[in-house]
Amino acid sequence: MKLDGKVPKGLPLADTWTNYRSKMNLVAPNNKRKIDIIVVGTGLAGSSAAASLAEMGYNVKAFTFHDSPRRAHSIAAQGGINAAKNYPNDGDSIYRLFYDTVKGGDYRSREANVHRLAEVSNSIIDQATAQGVPFAREYGGLLANRSFGGVQVSRTFYARGQTGQQLLLGAYSALSKQISTGQVTMYNRHEMLDVVIVDGKARGIIARDLVSGEIQRHSAHAVVLATGGYGNVFYLSTNAMNCNVTAAWKSVRKGAYMANPCYVQIHPTCIPVSGDYQSKLTLMSESLRNDGRIWVPKNADDAKLVREGKKAANDIPEDDRDYYLERRYPAFGNLVPRDVASRAAKVACDGGNGVAPTGLGVFLDFAAAIQRYGKSEAYAKGNHNPSKDEIISLGEAVIEKKYGNLFEMYEKITGDNPYKVPMKIYPAIHYTMGGLWVDYNLETNIPGLFATGECNFSDHGANRLGASALMQGLADGYFVLPYTIGQFLSGDIRTPHIANDSPEFMQAEQEVKNRLEKLISIQGTESVENFHRRLGKIMWGYAGMSRNAEGLNAAIKEIQALRKEFWENVYVPGELNEMNQELEKAMRVADFMEMGEMLAKDALERNESCGGHFREEYRSPEGEAMRNDADFAYVAAWEWNGGDMKMHREDLEFNEIELKTRSYK
Amino acid sequence: MRLTLKVWRQKNGSTKGQFETYQVDANEHMSFLEMLDVLNQQLVEEKKVPVTFEHDCREGICGACSLVINGQPHGLSSGTTACQLHMRFFKDGDTITIEPWRAAAFPVLKDLMVDRSAFDRIIQAGGYITINTGAPQDANAVPVNEEISSLSMDAAACIGCGACVAACPNSSAMLFTAAKVSHLGLLPQGKLEVDTRVINMVNQMDKEGFGQCSNTYACEAECPKEISVTNIARLNRMYMKAMVTSSKG
Repeated sequence: MKLDGKVPKGLPLADTWTNYRSKMNLVAPNNKRKIDIIVVGTGLAGSSAAASLAEMGYNVKAFTFHDSPRRAHSIAAQGGINAAKNYPNDGDSIYRLFYDTVKGGDYRSREANVHRLAEVSNSIIDQATAQGVPFAREYGGLLANRSFGGVQVSRTFYARGQTGQQLLLGAYSALSKQISTGQVTMYNRHEMLDVVIVDGKARGIIARDLVSGEIQRHSAHAVVLATGGYGNVFYLSTNAMNCNVTAAWKSVRKGAYMANPCYVQIHPTCIPVSGDYQSKLTLMSESLRNDGRIWVPKNADDAKLVREGKKAANDIPEDDRDYYLERRYPAFGNLVPRDVASRAAKVACDGGNGVAPTGLGVFLDFAAAIQRYGKSEAYAKGNHNPSKDEIISLGEAVIEKKYGNLFEMYEKITGDNPYKVPMKIYPAIHYTMGGLWVDYNLETNIPGLFATGECNFSDHGANRLGASALMQGLADGYFVLPYTIGQFLSGDIRTPHIANDSPEFMQAEQEVKNRLEKLISIQGTESVENFHRRLGKIMWGYAGMSRNAEGLNAAIKEIQALRKEFWENVYVPGELNEMNQELEKAMRVADFMEMGEMLAKDALERNESCGGHFREEYRSPEGEAMRNDADFAYVAAWEWNGGDMKMHREDLEFNEIELKTRSYK
Repeated sequence: MRLTLKVWRQKNGSTKGQFETYQVDANEHMSFLEMLDVLNQQLVEEKKVPVTFEHDCREGICGACSLVINGQPHGLSSGTTACQLHMRFFKDGDTITIEPWRAAAFPVLKDLMVDRSAFDRIIQAGGYITINTGAPQDANAVPVNEEISSLSMDAAACIGCGACVAACPNSSAMLFTAAKVSHLGLLPQGKLEVDTRVINMVNQMDKEGFGQCSNTYACEAECPKEISVTNIARLNRMYMKAMVTSSKG
């Protein structure tokens, strides 16, 4: 079946959103009061949507499994948020942000969505500033910018290395105000375990109170999912421990389509894995690539000595270093997009030149930047003949101001001082571009079920550019969904309060209870954690940075076998009607084991390399990814169909941008 | 390294808790929470109920983790959350005591997990700038002095973990409240509501059952984000001024 993205037709792209928004159906204030909306997830996309919808007059029920909306994983985003303000006067524009995002996404996103994202990007900065987000500023008091990968302008706004935290606290403060007025009812420590569909429309959810274990039925006129990505299907990722796919996956099991699940972002600059006990990976912000130079020793022998701890990075002379990104991609150098940088690191390490004890690590070196900044600072202070030590201390002070908290975090984790020795980094799973299929209104194929932020698939194509996740989450939540949801709700103004004791609700509740009881009753011998770890090994081994048909077929078989074993032999301690973290995890891992299979299946069917999806069979002699636009310029939207998965296509039309081979050389 | 752990176990909020002793093998590269993962895995394998503790991002920013380790919130390392504390700070044979935050306003839910929703209610009382989603003026229309913005950011770095309350002999929430009052009150955008904000937030803090500040500075010493007590002084100034000059006082 061909899917329709419902992009309004007939107008130039630049006018489409403004025009559509102006002619969209509205819900009058007296009717908004009678309409209930459920928002699940309170990260950037969820908090901003819940607050905005409440401000408009809707009755909002917001859910988070955290103890407070402020803990969502949006909080961990470090580097920044993009906007097309062109404050630095470097030639930026809405069109350029749009173009960079489509190109960065390897021409696999929907043009109209991306253009809209670029259009509203500037309002986000205005909104956040008005909320009191303390963005970095120049001495004159105006906002500061920096650069991120895949672009040649400085359009990234930031609040030190805590941009996600500050933006989330902004959205959280807006949400808190609405909670205080009673317009939002907040359900902390509640996890959504199913979506309820009545007469073909999403009308509520089943949630578990994580403290008491009580299963609850919540009804509304519409349901918005803002529940993040599925990166933890790989077990090790930069995601927080509790990030999971369950809310989205339950919707998939109820008929929603999952689009492009194989598009997973692997972030090039994370702290390498150090042991089997490791529970998660820590990201080092992409902003570091503004000043850090990435390299490995030219000679494999040197690399071996470094791995064994017999040689230090600083002992390797300049001529014996391979700054491989600068060598391979001179135009963008260390600031190539994430997918390109990650693959290049893998190539360097696979060739035997890796530097971490496991062999999987490359250097990120700030020595040159410290020298450069040190000299210019000394000059600015009138010292035209500074000593070596003066240069280093002045240079380190500049680096500390820009990246201090990141350097501190690195040192805490590794025990190394990155001002003195280069960081060691390696790619890790970070973000999922794939997600619930949504149309231009951010509505899934189930009427009344909306998805925003990382939870949907809409804007990043096959690869997301740095500092665009915060932008998309807030664009969806503040400036898109609150309008587009009116298209659905305007047809529902005569629908009275939705009852939560209809047969559909009772049945969904019973199914959730059955599943929970089943998990506890298995009483097998293997922990949930072990199953998750084993799933992660399959996923990373066969469906990680580099994929091929043989491996993906093997992955599908192994996941199916693992799933069978899980349902026969998992051990979940404790009881249903109490706080039970193992039970929570078991529910999530069970869903990851289905999601993982869909991811592998999608990767297998996509016979091309694009963005984060790299198929070994489809690469150029130089090792660059080879896209196939003739056959694969479409969105693959997967229907679970009880495990017998079916793919639905949405063909991508490119009217504004010409499809080209993506080059950063 | 072989460690002896004394861990607070409490079935739920309405039962009494007690310390249980466990042995666990760890290594120096692990984070403190990964060491607890090892313990929990061990307990699950013995078909026992694992220790409930709150955690999420494990990179020191979400504020979920909340362990008192050997009597200190987040453990001995300064400027560090429990999730960023590494086992290289311990040695073979050590005995480690692990407890939840202890404060009347933070009731224990289970084992090492407490209810910190009182913090949310303090924010709901006024920890925001009243601005609806819409079309505010251009972000650069109001320049903000770089030093002021930076001071504001210093306060805004609070992760809302509650270590300040756990560290304070009076279980006062002054540092948390002062950090938010400072963050917003320093900025031109937040100045309009400064009086009502500080009065409402302080009132809510008192209502939640947090104690008074007696300037012991234990909060600053244990704060994983090293939020300064000068914020408390700023809150006091703002509060006094609001009480004297504002009609809300």
